[in-house]
Amino acid sequence: MSQPLPSSAAPVVSLRDVHKSFGSLKVLDGVSFEVPRGEVMAIIGRSGSGKSTALRCIDRLETIESGEIIVCGHRVSDPKLPLRALRLDVGIVFQSYNLFPHLTIEENICLAPVTVKGKRRAEARETARRVLGQVGLGDKLDSYPEQLSGGQQQRAAIARSLAMEPQVMLFDEVTSALDPELTGEVLRVIEQLAAGGMTMVMVTHEMGFARRVADRIVFMHQGKVWETGPAGILDAPETAELRQFVGSGL
Amino acid sequence: MIATQLGATHLQFLLQGALWTVVLSAIALVGGGLLGFLVALCRVSGSRAVRLASGAYVQVVQGTPLLVIMFLVFFGLPPLGLNVSPLAAASASLILYVSAYMGEIWRGCIESVPKPQWEAAECLAMSRTQRMFHVVLPQAVRIATPPTVGFLVQIIKNTSLASVVGFVELARAGQIINNSLFEPFLVYLIIALLYFAMCYPLSRWSRRLERRTGFARRQQVVSP
Repeated sequence: MSQPLPSSAAPVVSLRDVHKSFGSLKVLDGVSFEVPRGEVMAIIGRSGSGKSTALRCIDRLETIESGEIIVCGHRVSDPKLPLRALRLDVGIVFQSYNLFPHLTIEENICLAPVTVKGKRRAEARETARRVLGQVGLGDKLDSYPEQLSGGQQQRAAIARSLAMEPQVMLFDEVTSALDPELTGEVLRVIEQLAAGGMTMVMVTHEMGFARRVADRIVFMHQGKVWETGPAGILDAPETAELRQFVGSGL
Repeated sequence: MIATQLGATHLQFLLQGALWTVVLSAIALVGGGLLGFLVALCRVSGSRAVRLASGAYVQVVQGTPLLVIMFLVFFGLPPLGLNVSPLAAASASLILYVSAYMGEIWRGCIESVPKPQWEAAECLAMSRTQRMFHVVLPQAVRIATPPTVGFLVQIIKNTSLASVVGFVELARAGQIINNSLFEPFLVYLIIALLYFAMCYPLSRWSRRLERRTGFARRQQVVSP
């Protein structure tokens, strides 16, 4: 366990000894990690290792049984936490994009800034234009999600999160539903965000990408943080499980 | 002198009845629709008590024949000091009946909006009400349109039960004419045709809507 940090350098995301079960299945078995501001953390591991659940716990899409989660100063593990405040600080992008199909891309992006933050329409539109430019979709304002390719939809979903100006972005296997050629365009956007200093936690299967972009890797196995360290651990794994995972053709 | 052959006045009387059928259907649709919308929202409410109470309402109304509801309202209320006209009794009964069925149809439609849509809206810090009105309901409306138009056909046909409380809509108008002409086959055939003329376009429309909104169901099936 690391030394307690002074509050100015407090980690943006911190999990301490987090436990969670689905019925009799233990999915998180004492998970701890910290993500300092401006860092990118990649969570890797087999399916069923608990990595997506750990990520979803950060945004309180799952509740935990014991342990402590603090995100941007919000005590997420407190059942009485006002969720709205947490979600204003945390952006999340899902594997299945989850754009709103009845709204244009611009409306998708403007909806929350207008309804939640009370921004004026014109101002929200300005933001939509900016974030869409950032993800390379400046010409898709008036398109509906179903008119876009999977990669474009995923980039639009990233833009929608960015428009809320979150402190930290979570990515839950955002390229797993995409063809290899579409994966690249989404990863490039995430890489740009990393370069821009955004704090990010991503669950990913893209080992090359994790190695290139992540400041820190967390390898999860059987609901535990099995091995963690800088990207270099992928080249020199200490545990047999990570060695096997890295060597399994990824 | 009573006419013994079907004439223009009879047809006029039937068309007038048909008009009342349309009016009664419209009242049932609008009133039942508004109440049904409330029922649907209660059925998916965050509060367990509200869900249970609205569920019980639906069960009771759906478990009671419309005919009995009409009798209850028309004959049951006057002894309690509440006099109701045939139109009021028929309207109230139909509104109750329609609200229970529409409420259930729409509950199903709201629940068939994929869960990740709720989740995505929740993660954008939207409140439950904002999620419902900006994200879920607009999608539910698309899913709901074909079955709602389809149910409208049921409403139109069920207004014929209002004849038992003495309300002169199409079926009752036919009865009255038949009582004087004794031409049941002819008279009821005309009535059947008039009902068909009202319902068939709606059935066709519903079918068309179903085909057109098929897209609503073939999106976002990627599972984590």
